[in-house]
Amino acid sequence: MSGTFLGMPRRAVPGNRPGAPRDFPTAAEAAGRNTTLLENLRHATHTIRDKRARAVAELSDWPELRAAGAAIKDEVLLRLDDHLERLEEAVTAAGGTVHWAADADEANRIVTELVHATGETEAIKVKSMATQEIGLNEALAGAGITAYETDLAELIVQLGDDLPSHILVPAIHRNRAEIRDIFRERMGEWGRAAPGDLTDRPAELAEAARLHLREKFLRARVGISGANFMVAETGTMVVVESEGNGRMCLTLPETLISVVGIEKVVPTWRDLEVFLQLLPRSSTAERMNPYTTMWTGTTEGDGPREFHLVLLDNGRTDVLADTVGRQALRCIRCSACLNVCPVYERAGGHAYGSAYPGPIGAILTPQLRGVGSELDASLPYASSLCGACYEVCPVAIDIPRVLVHLRERVVEGGEVTVRGSRVRLRPARGHAAERAVMRAARWALDHPGVVRAGQRAAGRTRRLHPRRLPGPGAAWTASRDLPEVPAESFRRWWRRTREAGAGGGTASGDGQREDRS
Amino acid sequence: MAERMRVGLFITCVNDTLYPDTGRAVVTLLERLGVEVGFPEAQSCCGQPQFNTGYRSETEPLVRRYAEAFAGYDHIVTPSGSCAAMVRDHHPGFAVPGAADAARRTLELTEFLVDVLGVTDVGAYYPHTVTYHPTCHGLRALGLGDRPRRLLERVRGLELVELPGAEECCGFGGTFAVKNAAVSTSMGRDKARAVVSTGASAVCTVDNSCLMHIGGVLRRAGSPVRPVHLAEILASTGESAGATGHGTGTRGAIR
Amino acid sequence: MSDHARAAGTAHGSREVVLGRIRRALGGTGPGAGVPPVPRRYLASHLPEGPDRAATAVELLAENLADYRALVHRVEPEGLPALIARLLAARGARSAVVPPGVPDAWLPADITRVADDPAIGAAELDAVDSVVTGCALAIAETGTIVLDGSPDQGRRRITLIPDHHLCVVRVPDQVVASLPEAMPRLVPHRPQTWISGPSATSDIELDRVEGVHGPRVLEVVLVGPTGNGGTADPAPPGTTGP
Repeated sequence: MSGTFLGMPRRAVPGNRPGAPRDFPTAAEAAGRNTTLLENLRHATHTIRDKRARAVAELSDWPELRAAGAAIKDEVLLRLDDHLERLEEAVTAAGGTVHWAADADEANRIVTELVHATGETEAIKVKSMATQEIGLNEALAGAGITAYETDLAELIVQLGDDLPSHILVPAIHRNRAEIRDIFRERMGEWGRAAPGDLTDRPAELAEAARLHLREKFLRARVGISGANFMVAETGTMVVVESEGNGRMCLTLPETLISVVGIEKVVPTWRDLEVFLQLLPRSSTAERMNPYTTMWTGTTEGDGPREFHLVLLDNGRTDVLADTVGRQALRCIRCSACLNVCPVYERAGGHAYGSAYPGPIGAILTPQLRGVGSELDASLPYASSLCGACYEVCPVAIDIPRVLVHLRERVVEGGEVTVRGSRVRLRPARGHAAERAVMRAARWALDHPGVVRAGQRAAGRTRRLHPRRLPGPGAAWTASRDLPEVPAESFRRWWRRTREAGAGGGTASGDGQREDRS
Repeated sequence: MAERMRVGLFITCVNDTLYPDTGRAVVTLLERLGVEVGFPEAQSCCGQPQFNTGYRSETEPLVRRYAEAFAGYDHIVTPSGSCAAMVRDHHPGFAVPGAADAARRTLELTEFLVDVLGVTDVGAYYPHTVTYHPTCHGLRALGLGDRPRRLLERVRGLELVELPGAEECCGFGGTFAVKNAAVSTSMGRDKARAVVSTGASAVCTVDNSCLMHIGGVLRRAGSPVRPVHLAEILASTGESAGATGHGTGTRGAIR
Repeated sequence: MSDHARAAGTAHGSREVVLGRIRRALGGTGPGAGVPPVPRRYLASHLPEGPDRAATAVELLAENLADYRALVHRVEPEGLPALIARLLAARGARSAVVPPGVPDAWLPADITRVADDPAIGAAELDAVDSVVTGCALAIAETGTIVLDGSPDQGRRRITLIPDHHLCVVRVPDQVVASLPEAMPRLVPHRPQTWISGPSATSDIELDRVEGVHGPRVLEVVLVGPTGNGGTADPAPPGTTGP
């Protein structure tokens, strides 16, 4: 295929790609007004969460598998340097080439150079979170290379000039009618057009995608992927998928380039028996996903003749340096946490402003990118801490704990690692008023006499309390009534009725000084 | 009880200030069951609002205060799932003498009733249709399991009806309710809709902070469904207002 | 290594950068220090032990394959060629890719056999109706067949491009119950394709659609004794077929 193929990558019609949100609450509130989006999301997340629960319930040893999965990942992280060196050795011995990228720019540069060296200007891609994270498609486009997304949902996103909003189902925010419109209007600009009489039946839409992509698969000479797992002892790469586009991208091209986060390594071949039980059931709620491809370097006469593995850091070592936050690197990108999260369900994936939406994004993004921007500093607060995410996580990432830890980083600052260097972070701006309130509240709560006085005053003036508050309190009273302040606090009732008598004075804890100064 | 156990009531700051009826109900209930209840006045807040918002350094004095106030009690009982979870899960992480020990002695009310006292029938009478919302910290952090239900099922006159989507968060989440007010409200409205759909006349939880949120949404919507803390149901015997209404006192948000 | 791989060679520099960052992040915990052992208390399989375990595994395999929309057939060894002929005819297949390790006797004479030749391109494979292969093993609990490029399975592309894949599994020998039983029997260095039902997508409103890019029809033929618990004894005839 020559480089004169029409219509790419420049678009005749301007896209509707969502811009970067200012902060999570604002973006979530805007999403909340889009009822189509919310209905799509609600339907999808509830369907899959129920299926997941059934798939997991089939295995009586799920807690043991989960414990093993978490422990294997912890072992990987605590000896990550050794495992990566072993992996590199094994991949190289099997005929592959290993590249190391410290950041997104370097990874994009390596991939661009590798594609340029083939003389090609096109590549087919299998869905990959890592390449989404580093903005590979955009970097390749800037270098005159068109990367075709081949996962159905990624195709919908790419044709719609949109952004993914879910790890597993990137176009979860689109319903069938929207997808039909996108296919009808845009497919022709990228290759084989959709039939004019295309309906919104999912089977028909999938067939249109099959025909559109088939010509790309059959002529492609460069494939780009990520990987779900890399086995250190053997150099084996693993990609799980459903549609067969992964197999196409991984086996038909002559050159295969895989961009993989360094935390995706597992120590041994045997470890796959744990993760290949945990991942499909947590992710697509299947006993096993339809297709899994495993390859080790190159094989004479079968599959790509050249294999390049690009190991990506891009902030992962900074996460590793945080002893509480590093458990986020156990993540196997199953998206179970998104599907159970009541906040994700109502905010949508775009509100998280990164490739990683939902609860895992709320702890991963502020660690990979830092909490310097208003958006990233707001992500740790994008949770009611209900704990549903932790409960379903197949590698037991205590997401609420990491969220609170990151909130601490936002408001109190402290020592963090940025691109490998230790730096002292100052408390985030914009929390000054809150900090003052928290300090005052703590001071008062540490002085029960002050609390008592406040309660008495509030009790006496309770008839005068407004039903709607000004300032920050308005965020509550705009949608919810306030409880009325009672005439008498519990403390006061206790003193009044029990002061002289039973109960109160029996334990040693009462003997101490009541207020500390 | 062979040796008289010393039980300290940790009322929590929310109950102390806004829901004293709940505290009075706990005292009534426990004394009816023969437990002598102490209330160390040095107690304050568990520190959860500070801790969950990221103000760890502002939390520590409150952790210290808790450990000191409740030193010497065999059991520390609290009518709040989320405060019990805060104490048990997070106080031990502070370098405060006695914090871990106090955390071990801390029990949510239903745990104390079922596990320590070994009772599920507490002699309550509450002739109303009630739906139960298992709060997130009670459900997932403490693992209260079916304890609240077992207690409710033994209340005479009470009809317990299932809450659809019971295990979904109500959207309170402490400062989340204000910082992400839109999402919090949306969650609260869905929870309130589920509550109303049951036809119950009251919704019950082990946490007044969640009830403040659910009740606030219900009341703004003009719903007659009343939020009631589990302790108030268990304390009710029909001798007081329980037989005819949903308690008296000062639960302003629900009238 | 090709020239361009070397040309991309900022690789080495960042190798040391990344490894250095990792070592600093781990703060000088020596090799393996403080790494707790992995608790492997999960089950080796979810199938109960017992004299009919092998037969149960085959039953479960058939059930799980069918649950994910593979078409499953059972046949005695002597009935295999006739069944294959019938299945190919039912699809209207006139040509089939056949890797070299598949016995000639399996295929009917009227089918055009296309050899698994590295010279055959993707577009040529696209014109072939079916592919007939064996497998490396099958996993009952997950309803999975594993291909590893052995002579009876061929290169990966031949089972990918034709629209109809007919896969023969020798039962009970090639059937394992679980993943923990499968891993030691597989050779990591062989290119593997694990297949659990035909290709599928749920990307549109989570509504499952079968058949996207891989073969849209997957037929699995379980060949072996069909009637007596999977022992080597000859089984009564007449129990073959779907």
